[in-house]
Amino acid sequence: MPTVYVNNQPVEFGAEERLNCVQAAQRAGVEIPHYCWHRALSVVASCRMCLVEVGQKKPDGAIAMQPKLIPGCQTPVTDGMVIVSDSDKVKAAQKATLEYLLLDHPLDCPTCDQAGECYLQDYSFRYGRGYSRLQEPKEQPPDKTYIGDQITLFTDRCILCSRCVRFTREISGTAELQIINRGNHAEIDIFPDEPCNNKLAGNVVDLCPVGALCSKDFLYKQRVWWLKTANSVCPNCSTGCSIFVDECEDRVYRLRPRYNPRAQGDFMCDEGRFGWKYVHGDERLHLPVQRDGGAAVSHDWDVVLPAARTALAEAAKRGEIAAVLSPWMTLEEAYLLVSYLKSLTSKLSLAVAPVRTVGEDDKYPKDVHGRTMEPTKFTIRAEKCPNRRGVEMILQHFAGSVMPMGDVLGRASSGAFTAMYLVGGDPQGWINEVQAAALDKVNTVIVQDILPSPASQRAKVVLAGGSFAEREGTFVNHAGLAQSIHRAIRSPGEGRPDGRILWDLAERRGLFSAAAVRREMADQVPALKPLLDAELGELGIKL
Amino acid sequence: MPINPKDVTWIKEPEIGFWEATFLPAIAKGLRITLGHVTDYRPVTQQYPEQRPVLPQHYRGVHRLNRDEKGRVKCVACMLCATACPANCIAIEAAAAPPDWPDRDKYPAEFVLDELRCIYCGMCEEACPVDAIELTHIYDMTGESRAAMVFNKDALLGIYDKTKDNPADPVRTARGRLGPASELKNLATLGPATTVERGDRAATAPSPGVIGAPPPETRNTW
Repeated sequence: MPTVYVNNQPVEFGAEERLNCVQAAQRAGVEIPHYCWHRALSVVASCRMCLVEVGQKKPDGAIAMQPKLIPGCQTPVTDGMVIVSDSDKVKAAQKATLEYLLLDHPLDCPTCDQAGECYLQDYSFRYGRGYSRLQEPKEQPPDKTYIGDQITLFTDRCILCSRCVRFTREISGTAELQIINRGNHAEIDIFPDEPCNNKLAGNVVDLCPVGALCSKDFLYKQRVWWLKTANSVCPNCSTGCSIFVDECEDRVYRLRPRYNPRAQGDFMCDEGRFGWKYVHGDERLHLPVQRDGGAAVSHDWDVVLPAARTALAEAAKRGEIAAVLSPWMTLEEAYLLVSYLKSLTSKLSLAVAPVRTVGEDDKYPKDVHGRTMEPTKFTIRAEKCPNRRGVEMILQHFAGSVMPMGDVLGRASSGAFTAMYLVGGDPQGWINEVQAAALDKVNTVIVQDILPSPASQRAKVVLAGGSFAEREGTFVNHAGLAQSIHRAIRSPGEGRPDGRILWDLAERRGLFSAAAVRREMADQVPALKPLLDAELGELGIKL
Repeated sequence: MPINPKDVTWIKEPEIGFWEATFLPAIAKGLRITLGHVTDYRPVTQQYPEQRPVLPQHYRGVHRLNRDEKGRVKCVACMLCATACPANCIAIEAAAAPPDWPDRDKYPAEFVLDELRCIYCGMCEEACPVDAIELTHIYDMTGESRAAMVFNKDALLGIYDKTKDNPADPVRTARGRLGPASELKNLATLGPATTVERGDRAATAPSPGVIGAPPPETRNTW
């Protein structure tokens, strides 16, 4: 196997692999500091932060070092290459580079949103000088508060790594951003009246290694060192982007993309990034409700859940039950619900709530005319739900086929069912007034949802569930990648995560554990066999 | 672990003599001290509240939020005080500064400090990069409810207005301006945070453009 030596440590890499010095060093656990290089973008080697000494091992064992320092991001590794990143020469170069980058950088870390996750801070601490020798006034260009609807630019903080410019040119293809002027006066800017409002624009904020590009949505809301992070999956389309949910004291503050080569790569779209506001909406269902003849009789879980259980058991004795599952449920929740209803009766109709589809799959990069270009680097799917495939797998196993909700509601309006269990979860609504009218013919209607809907108004029992940030479980994306979501916050009011509701409804002993249900489910459902005895990890498992 | 017998020293209770057992010498000694206080009267009790204590300069009482020379709140809502606070008693709601405040990006839309929860350690004062929060000599604040002791921005600015002319509570920012974090244009060369190489004169320069001058005076001259 080809071998490269990083600070005297041998690192093996595959013959087909194309690594640069920064990546090779990462494998050896050595950090080569860099600003402009990003694995998803082209290489410009402009920040000069990754300068290293490079040499070649000759067949006779002698090492020939190049006299100049070489940018590590631009240099592909070859067999027998020697990289030195901790010599005095390299350290002096890193120190000098940082000093140049910081010449005009304002010392406003206390008021900068990036402070705490800023590479200028981190690298200054590790490689820098710690103080400025500049004797002249700093160049302080004014801020540009409108780069896009969601993006603001603190021009003076920018170090001109051009990551954002390359992102809009290479990934979104929309090319709104550019560097204007030259030398000391160079700035990031947009064309007049051409703001950076493409659907991937929010990513430039994540890409910015300093606090220059900031998200208006998150600006000044919270200091980053107070945020706690949970690994999760964006529920807003079936791409299933891996994300971080950043929360503090049961409030979500932002979502960030999490690198996952099996799912989406490095980025996420703005629909997902800013599409979580309903989690803290005032209209969220805060309490469980048990109704008798239209009037609420109880808001106590200890009363509502047994009532739901008894009503379902009695309805099962009298006739047929139907359940409408939601493509917003996790695999575990779908499995718990179906297996519980199966244990009540064999006369069970299972359907899936309509999958909301908006337009067509939106593929990036696009050219100036909005036409998609090859190769596709990011796709926003038309299917606006996280787990249609997973829920359909469960239904296929238990019912043999996947029935649309319309069929079940059609039969409900003719009085075919004694009870119906409907699960919502789509923040944009999943049932309209006309469809819900069919529920008037059903004696016992149980609705489990996060927002009020025409169905929940008619329900005898409403179970206040949790949004994606409040639940544990597994989502299966459009390509069959099973990824786990983790609880970041507690549900508002008396709301409970859906898994816990179904666990308690089924009168299982102990507490709901997604991992335990996943094992049981994988054991029973052949299509989900790969989940047995396997940790989903951060990247997920292809089914 | 049992104690090693070698480490144990046994001592004997001293024998009590006849006079000591009567307690008479001890009583006489005690009465002499009592009578001494009657004849030589030197009180140490302060007659509070008629008499007020003279507090040391570093006394840490109720907080105040300082104003800058234009009367605006000096705080830049960096939340470092709330981060440093061990009692978690500071809650700041930050917002973008009004457009006619060109010298800063951020200011506190609200600044709430729970004076009952506070332990008066003064860490907020130490953490503040712009000398906006200071602890005054006020120690006798009262309120009729717990809610009345949760001070908001206006209350804290009011304490500044009340105390700023008191010689016991000088505004400790020597320059009377915003601190370095907000004065971007006139940034003084910072003292070294990391090791300085021998002979690097710029690192020890007191101000930009001056190399080789004597070491700077301490900034806090109060």
